[in-house]
Parts: sequence; structure tokens; C-alpha cells
Amino acid sequence: MSLPTTEPATTSSPAPRSAHRATELRRVRRGLQRRAHRVRRRAQRVLRRWSGAAWHAWRSSLQLRIGAITMLVAGVVVVIVSVVLFNQISDQLLRVKRGAAIDQAQAGVSYAQSQVAGIVTGDAASVRSTLDRTVRELQSRNGAAGNFDSVLVYRAGDTPRPAASRQFLYSALPAELVDAVDAGTQAYQYALVPNSSQEPVPTLLIGAPVPIDGQGGEQVDLYYAFPLDQEQETLSLVRSTVAISGIALTLFVVGIGVLVTRLVVDPVRQAARGAQRLAGGRLEERLTVSGEDDLAQLASSFNAMADSLQQQIVQLEGLSQLQQRFTSDVSHELRTPLTTVQMAAEVLHESRADFAPHVARSAELLYAEVNRFELLLSDLLEISRYDAGAAVLEAEPTELGPLLHRVADGMALLAERHGCRLDVATPARQVIAEVDARRVQRVLRNLVGNAIEHGAGRPIEVTLAANRTAAAVTVRDHGIGMSSDAAQHVFDRFWRADPARVRTVGGSGLGLSISLEDARLHGGWLQVWGQPDQGAQFRLTLPLVAGADLTGSPLPLRPAVVRRTGGRS
Amino acid sequence: MRFVPARFPHNGGVPPSAPLSGSSRGRVLVVDDDAALAEMLGIVLRREGYEPAFVSDGARAVATFQQTRPDLVLLDLMLPGRNGLQICADIRAQSSVPIIMLTAKGDTIDVVQGLEAGADDYVTKPFKPVELVARVRSQLRRGETGQAENLVISDVSIDVPAHQVTRGGEAIALTPLEFDLLVALARKPRQVFTRELLLEQVWGYRHAADTRLVNVHVQRLRAKVEKDPERPEVVLTVRGVGYKAGPP
Repeated sequence: MSLPTTEPATTSSPAPRSAHRATELRRVRRGLQRRAHRVRRRAQRVLRRWSGAAWHAWRSSLQLRIGAITMLVAGVVVVIVSVVLFNQISDQLLRVKRGAAIDQAQAGVSYAQSQVAGIVTGDAASVRSTLDRTVRELQSRNGAAGNFDSVLVYRAGDTPRPAASRQFLYSALPAELVDAVDAGTQAYQYALVPNSSQEPVPTLLIGAPVPIDGQGGEQVDLYYAFPLDQEQETLSLVRSTVAISGIALTLFVVGIGVLVTRLVVDPVRQAARGAQRLAGGRLEERLTVSGEDDLAQLASSFNAMADSLQQQIVQLEGLSQLQQRFTSDVSHELRTPLTTVQMAAEVLHESRADFAPHVARSAELLYAEVNRFELLLSDLLEISRYDAGAAVLEAEPTELGPLLHRVADGMALLAERHGCRLDVATPARQVIAEVDARRVQRVLRNLVGNAIEHGAGRPIEVTLAANRTAAAVTVRDHGIGMSSDAAQHVFDRFWRADPARVRTVGGSGLGLSISLEDARLHGGWLQVWGQPDQGAQFRLTLPLVAGADLTGSPLPLRPAVVRRTGGRS
Repeated sequence: MRFVPARFPHNGGVPPSAPLSGSSRGRVLVVDDDAALAEMLGIVLRREGYEPAFVSDGARAVATFQQTRPDLVLLDLMLPGRNGLQICADIRAQSSVPIIMLTAKGDTIDVVQGLEAGADDYVTKPFKPVELVARVRSQLRRGETGQAENLVISDVSIDVPAHQVTRGGEAIALTPLEFDLLVALARKPRQVFTRELLLEQVWGYRHAADTRLVNVHVQRLRAKVEKDPERPEVVLTVRGVGYKAGPP
């Protein structure tokens, strides 16, 4: 990918210009390098994307995988078989040809021997004519080995005198063959030999010495050249046939593989889609069962699973509805008499001045306890509504500052009774959050009420803050505080920090549990920090947009003063 | 306890337009199947100077309503015979009398359904007598307006003493509560009313109560006075705060 860069020319030019050009060139080179780098990065990105897509396709498609693997295996097998087959055929073909050729050569040698027996005694002209004649004769004797050319060579001393049925044949003979025949042995060799139109043709060459009665130095050799073009044609025909049938076979096998995979994969894909829809809540989703094979079994067990799932879910829904109905019925059945009792108690309570002292006191106790009972009942019903999953969030944009002030105003009387001050700090900027105002108010009332109850008369700080995604309210008291063990249980139902301690505010023991559920319903957090004798701080964090995920809170859970002084404020 | 008047046989006993006795501050029809609670309600209402009438059977509630012509209805939502919501809708169809639901369920869906069926206010059982009496008093106080006053929001004009709302000369029928809600907004056209402020001014709640009351009634009011309730021009929403009147 890198582009060629030019070396700066530093020689053979005057120094200043050379320096100038050098910097110029360096600049150009840097530019080119940068561009090369960019191009390389882009190419890498494209390559990564492509390879990523290919990898994804490979991983996600069983059919593709099986197709590719079948192709690979079938291809390798077909190639091996083809190579073996082709080699066998060509070996056999050549062996037959060679056998016939050697037979013919031997026959030629004995014929030539009879013709050239007395050649040594003759002069040059008679030698030539004898050789020519013999060659012609040899050419006329057809054998089983097909077309051929022949060369008869007479050697006396160093100069060979060849007589050939084709021109330049002798000069085309390979030196090794000639040497071997010179040495007196019969030999054969395959070589490329030019034919009559000077095109090189694979040829089987056979050479043999023709025994003559020479006194040494003289020698007659006979060479045969069998062109293999016919065999080559046959072999190329065989080769193309083998190749075509190999490719066809491979494609056929791959096709079958893909087809079979498809037969299996399609129902599996259908089952996967069905399972997806089932998981998406469409409980009536079923697969069609056809036949009795493994896939039909898969489909029917899938359907059985869906049946049982649906049944269980419907059952659970029924139970949940039953629970909700029960809650609502209990609510109604209990509340109606309680209303009557409460009203009667109040009427009695108001008239208590007319009663004898013990009756008057009884009326007071009745009134107070009926009220407490009512509080407990409504908290119980609220928590059971949460348990039944019947609580619904009624979120709408609400300004939290005024809401917090309203809560504080509502609690002012209680605070006054406990002799403690409520300090409410809200930011100058509006804080608007999508919340269920009724529930948030309930949580805040609960937290402030708790702080007043446990605040030992010291000031209580209520702080509101917000960032871009969340709003938080902290309620800090400086009362008796709590141990970390207590902090873990403070949201438990009916949990009390100190069982021996007398309750002053009352409360059902469910207040913080309900507050925690209220916060959770908003997707928010309700957390507590506390240390013995350091007071406690509750923090409510709510997302500004209903249903958004919380990542952090705008206010710390641990009060800043305590952190700075290492726990001694 | 103190003075218990003889119980009238209400079914036909009292003529529909019978004048109220001098001491009565208004007639209240109690629709509740629980005899003890009904009697207790009667005691409390009488003590406050109201004249109660009772019906325990949902099926006879509407007929009794037509006979007694009460100034206010206390309606229990869970009744045998007939659904309280249906009774509420039936009464609302023939009268704009204030209806206060008595509900055992604080669940949003029940409350909202009741309000949508036409109830003006609700009290959740168990309630205290003071609470109930405050609701009753607040609903009966409506319509006590004096001097001539004409208000305009958008293309809707309001004749306050005549309790008439018109658009282009055409009268729009509102319940007293919806009328009061509209008048409260129209009287201070520049002010943005929080739901809490409206609860205080229109429903007479002294301390924070359920803002769903306001939401449902604003929807009902819009359905009557707006040309397109999806794009309100008379009662505008101020996001995160509350409502205000549209420009005149």
C-alpha cells in the first residue's frame, strides 16, 4: 500500500539550493507518507469490515459452513482420484507404446544388420546409398507402434554419417541417448523433438547399435523416433474428461450436501423463529408437525414445551390476578367496617367531655388505636399491592422544588413538636422530573418524618440537586445514627433499630419498605448512610425521564462534613 | 344521637321538588350497601345539618335519585346489583349534581374510572368524618356567586352568575365543578395554576391531595370546551407546573 517515496537529492548541487530542495523534498515525503498511512488505514478498515462480514456469515449460516466443508472434502477426494486415474491411464498408454516400439526397434535392428553387413568395405557413396536404402526400407515396415521416423548412423572415427527419414532428426537427438547407444547399449528416452514443421513434439526415442563386422572404430546405430502426439491427444481428452467429471461430481456432492442441510436446517430455523416469538411473549406460537422423523420430534417437543410454558404462565397470571383480587377484596371488606368504626370512634371521641372519666379515656384509646390500625392496614395493602405487581407508575413532569417545600410545610408541625428545625435547600434552577408526584411525596414525607423522629431535636437538612439525567434529595439528621448493620436492615419490613425503644411517631414499620418500592417503581434508588452518634442520611435518586437508567446521583450518599473530618463532625 | 328525625320512606315519600326544611343545609343521597356504614354516615351528616336519604340496592339507585332530587350524592363504587361506575354515569347523564365517590381502593385505575364516569371528588375508605364533611361542604358551596361577571378565554365566553358558558352563541353544558375549574383559570388569565393550587381553589383541599382529580377533570373540561382536545386552546398545559387559561 505504501507509495514510493523519493530520496532527497543531496549531491551535485550548490549547498543552499540543495538544503532548500532537501526540506522541500522532506515536506513532500512527509505528505506522501501521511497520505499512504491514511490509505493504508482505510484499506485495513475495509478489509476488517469485509472479513468481519465473512466471519459473521460463516458463523451464522450452518448451510454455508456445511456447503464449504463438503466442497473442500469432495474437491480434495476428486483431485486425488483424478490424479491417480490419470497417471494410471497415461502409464498404461506409454507402457504399451514403449513395448510395441521396442519390438519394432529390435526387428529394425536385425533387418538393418542384414543390410549393412558389408558396409565397412564400401566407399562413402555406397555407404550413403546403403544407409538411405535401409532407412527407406525400415520406413516402409509398419508396426504396432504407429508412425515413426528412423535414423541410421554410420560412424567411422569421429564423423557420424546419418541417414534419416526426416531432416535434422539426428541433430535433434539428445546427447545422453547418443552417448548411451555409442557405448553399445540399447536405450530409450522421452524428449521434445521438432517434427517436420519444426514444432517440438513429445517423442519416444529408441536407439540401438546395429552389430556389424567392423574392425573397431566403425559403428552403425539405429534410432527410432515415435511421436507421441496421438497419445498426447488421448491423454488430454482423458484429462479434460476426468476434470469435467470431477468438477461435476464435486458440485453434485456439494449440491446434495446443501440440499440435505436445507432439509434439516429449515425446520430448525423455523423452530428458532418460533422460540424467538415465544420468548417475545406470543405464547400461542406453535410449530407445524409433519411426519414422524427427528425433526417432527423436535417440533412436537417444542410444542410440548410451549404448551407447558403457556400453561404455567397462565397459571401464574391467574395466581397473580387472584392475589390482586384478594388484596382488593380484603381491602374493601376490611375498609368498610373500619370506616364505620372510625367514624363511630370519632363521634365518641368528640363527645368524650360528657362521659365519665373511664369511659372518656376508653373513647380516647379507641380513637387513637383505630387510627393506628387504619394506618397499618393501608400500609399493608400498599405493600401487598406491590407484591402482587399491581402498582402502576403515574409519571408526569413535576417540579420537584415546590413539591419538596410542600412536604416540608406539611411536616413543620411535627418538627415543631419535636423541637427541631427543617432546613430545605433547593437549587435556583427549576428541577423538573417525570415522576409520580403522589409516590414521591409519600417517600419524602416518610424520610422527613423518620429524620424528625430519630433526629434528637437537632436541625434536619433536606437538600435537592439535579444533574442532566437525575435528581436527588438527601435528608440528613444528626441524631443517634445507626450502625452499618442497622443500615442494611432499615428497609426491611417491620424492622426496628432498637426493639426496646418507645415509638413516638408511631408508624406501621412498613414506611421505608414502601418508600423503597416507590423509588424502585420509578427506576430510582433509595439508599441510606449512617454511623452511630453521627446521624443518618437518606438519599432518594430519581431519573429525570421516566424509565431511563440511572448511572449516578447528583448528591453524595456520605455527608461531606463527615468525610472531611474522618467521621468526627 | 341528639335529634333523630323520623326516617322518611324515601321511595315516593318525598315529592321531587319538596322544599327543604328550614334547618337542612342540603339533601344528601347515600348509595351504599353496607347498612352500618350508611347509618353511621347518616348520623354524621345529620349532625352537620344535612338531610340524608338512603338506598342500598344499586338497581334502585337511579330511581331513588330521581325521586329524592338530592343536592349531593355519596356513592359507594362497589355495590351489589349494579356497578357504581354505571350508576355514576347514569346520574351524570341526567343531572349535574355533585357526586362524591366512596371508594375502598386507592388504586389509580379505580379512581380515574370513577372520575371519568362523572364523579366530582372521591374519599377513600377509611375516611374521617371531618374529611367527608369537608368534601361535602366544598361541593355544596358551588354556585354561590354574586355580582355580574363576564370572562373570556380564547373563543369561549363565561357568564359567571348565570353559570353559562358559550362559544359563538352556542351554550356548552358543564357540571358545576367543571364550571368552577374554568372560572378559576379564567379569572387570572396570566397565572399558571399548579394542580395543588387548583385542588385548593376548586375542590377546597387545604393540604396536598391527589392531583389525579385535576388531571381527569381538565380532560373532561377540555372534551367539552376545546375544538380539538388534542390541541387545547382554552386550557393550556404548562409542562412540569400545571395549567393556565388560553389567551382571550
